[in-house]
Amino acid sequence: MKIMRIAAAGLLASAVGITAANAQKTIKIGVVLPYSGQFADGAKQVDEGIKLYMKQHGDTVAGKKIEIIRKDTGGIAPPVAKRLAEELVVRDNVDILAGWLLTPNAIAGCGVSAEAKKVSVIMNAATSIIVDKSPYCTRTSFTLPMVTTTLGTWAAKNGVKKAYTMVSDFAPGHDAEQGFINGFKAAGGEIVGSVRMAVANPDFSAYVQRAKDLNPEAIFVFIPGGAQPAAIGKAFAERGIDTKKTKVFGTGELTDDSALKNMGDTALNIITAWAYDHNLKNKLNLDFVAAYKKEFGGDNPNFFSAGGYDGMALIYEALKKTKGDADADKLIGAMKGTKWVSPRGPMMIDPETRDVVETIYIRRVEKVGGKLVNVDFSKVENVKDPVHEAMKKK
Amino acid sequence: MIPKSGNRLSDKIMRPQDAMSLAGAPSQPQEYLRSLSRWHPLEIAFWLATLLPFFLFPTYLSLASQIAVAALFALSLDIILGYAGIVSLGHAAFFGIGAYAAGLFSKFVWGEPFSGLLIAAAMAALIGYLTSFIIARFRHLTLIMITLGLGLLLAEAANSAGWLTGGSDGLQGVKIWPVFGYFKFDLYGTTAYGYSLAVLFLVFLAVRRLIHSPFGLSLRGIRENWTRMPAVGADSRAHIRKAYTIAAAIAGIAGAVIAQTTQTVSLEALSFERSADVLVMLVLGGAGRLYGGLVGAIIFMVARDQFSGIAPQYWYFGIGILLILVVMLLPNGILGGLAKLTARWSRK
Repeated sequence: MKIMRIAAAGLLASAVGITAANAQKTIKIGVVLPYSGQFADGAKQVDEGIKLYMKQHGDTVAGKKIEIIRKDTGGIAPPVAKRLAEELVVRDNVDILAGWLLTPNAIAGCGVSAEAKKVSVIMNAATSIIVDKSPYCTRTSFTLPMVTTTLGTWAAKNGVKKAYTMVSDFAPGHDAEQGFINGFKAAGGEIVGSVRMAVANPDFSAYVQRAKDLNPEAIFVFIPGGAQPAAIGKAFAERGIDTKKTKVFGTGELTDDSALKNMGDTALNIITAWAYDHNLKNKLNLDFVAAYKKEFGGDNPNFFSAGGYDGMALIYEALKKTKGDADADKLIGAMKGTKWVSPRGPMMIDPETRDVVETIYIRRVEKVGGKLVNVDFSKVENVKDPVHEAMKKK
Repeated sequence: MIPKSGNRLSDKIMRPQDAMSLAGAPSQPQEYLRSLSRWHPLEIAFWLATLLPFFLFPTYLSLASQIAVAALFALSLDIILGYAGIVSLGHAAFFGIGAYAAGLFSKFVWGEPFSGLLIAAAMAALIGYLTSFIIARFRHLTLIMITLGLGLLLAEAANSAGWLTGGSDGLQGVKIWPVFGYFKFDLYGTTAYGYSLAVLFLVFLAVRRLIHSPFGLSLRGIRENWTRMPAVGADSRAHIRKAYTIAAAIAGIAGAVIAQTTQTVSLEALSFERSADVLVMLVLGGAGRLYGGLVGAIIFMVARDQFSGIAPQYWYFGIGILLILVVMLLPNGILGGLAKLTARWSRK
């Protein structure tokens, strides 16, 4: 009997807790990221984006104080991610879920978002289908097909007729390959060959040689970040692929700051498509980069930081619209169609798909003042996720 | 002659050979085994305590459920590592097979959880049985390398078979029906914990029976002297094959439970980290003891949850310190240390 009484008291206490939280003037945001393990670096940068936005815009919006509760998944671990999201909802009474660096975790989190009716803001994970998993999921990063299909179309429209693709043999690699081929073929290009490479294969010479033998005008590459960009740069140089004659295409990960450091001059002339770079010259971005470097000790912000920063921007903008009401239906309603200007340019949340709409930049690696940077020389505006666009047509 | 002290705690949680040396040479092995399998009050208290989270920590039930799964997985490793002396660094292979089998079953056949559990156990047992022929031929370091290699091969195979497994995005479309058609897997994790705990308890009963049987005793014999056991009529290799298959089936059940309670399956279920974590849990708790894996899983998971709440970047640091302390000060794990203490105390 005593146990039953304790249980009843516990349930009562938690019920009281929930109503009390609603009445309070605080909005809690549960941020789930892999703060430890091999993806910790990306998580740190997303987190810094969140911190910087809150520092610049204050921790109060529409009369409500914003409180962040951070949870660590320790890497790819959907069961852990799901549990953390559940605990954030039932124990910490969060109003909004956010973060999500990795696709499997994000999908697990969206399951909780749908069941608990909480808005979930995807600040990085880039697989198209994630936002379909919950009517309350939205995204402020980009999707991989947004980048690769745009690049494929752009390449074909700019005089490249024959291309070869080489991607790592895992789900994002397959998505990247498919995205590029779709865009390239639709704009009249021809694919002369494709290869899928083992994910953990640091020696690319055989693959690069095979590509060279076919003598394509361009090679599209998608590999995980880390040590691999340097290895593929080396392979291109050794096999005598001149990046001035044979265009090398890729996504932004191939030439982000840490990759460029390892690749050295072998990275010169590589053309990539991406949603953000610290080298963008608009005023907002110059201020953002300066503030970021000052706040976090000198490193440039990258696409992770931009995703976190804009995730907070979206939450703030939507809360202003709802006058501080974080009810999931009202909040997601307010988020749909929200437009704001970010360091990466104009942004919008597609009212139909809840996915992000933004500018994709085409950049070339050049040496500026002795440093390798991604210099943007072309851009495609208002890019929507091609996978969702294709679904609409069906 | 076995004195009545057979029901003492020290005998329960100590390795049997320690108990034998304490109690003198056993004249009647059946009687000795029977004395081991008698329920100690502390065991009953332990299982009653597992019900407490329902009342005391109703917002921690998701965690409790995952602890129960980790405990089940550690229990399965205990059979081969703690009792039969088969070192494995690739035990996640069976966990992952179970998880994918249960996930795929719910996607393509139906979402009834118990049938999914059986399919998962059968699949894992099948793969376990096939690989056991390799396992039974080797010992020690070679085994570590072989199990590690098998684990990595399977993880890579699951990655390549993206059309079936969803690759690194994880398996999509896992839908589990309510347990008994009534208890839906909820946000609070009440059903999840009830389900995981029930499965853990039932499997534990079976393992407890197994370990306290002549078969369990001969496994311990194999662990202590592999070449001598055939001389007393217990074929080491056949026993190892059986033990390995059983352990694989249990690991498969553990994987199925996590897949069903969280309705997610990803490559992480097959990862090396999972194999390593379960080994750490078992070593922490005490290998070769029925409750070793259970206690280790509780300590590991709670410590991880608490440490990562304090400093997400550094929780492994805390686990590392804990592991070093336990290995240095309590070479037989936390339960081993406790058993030593109680033995010393009861002798006084």
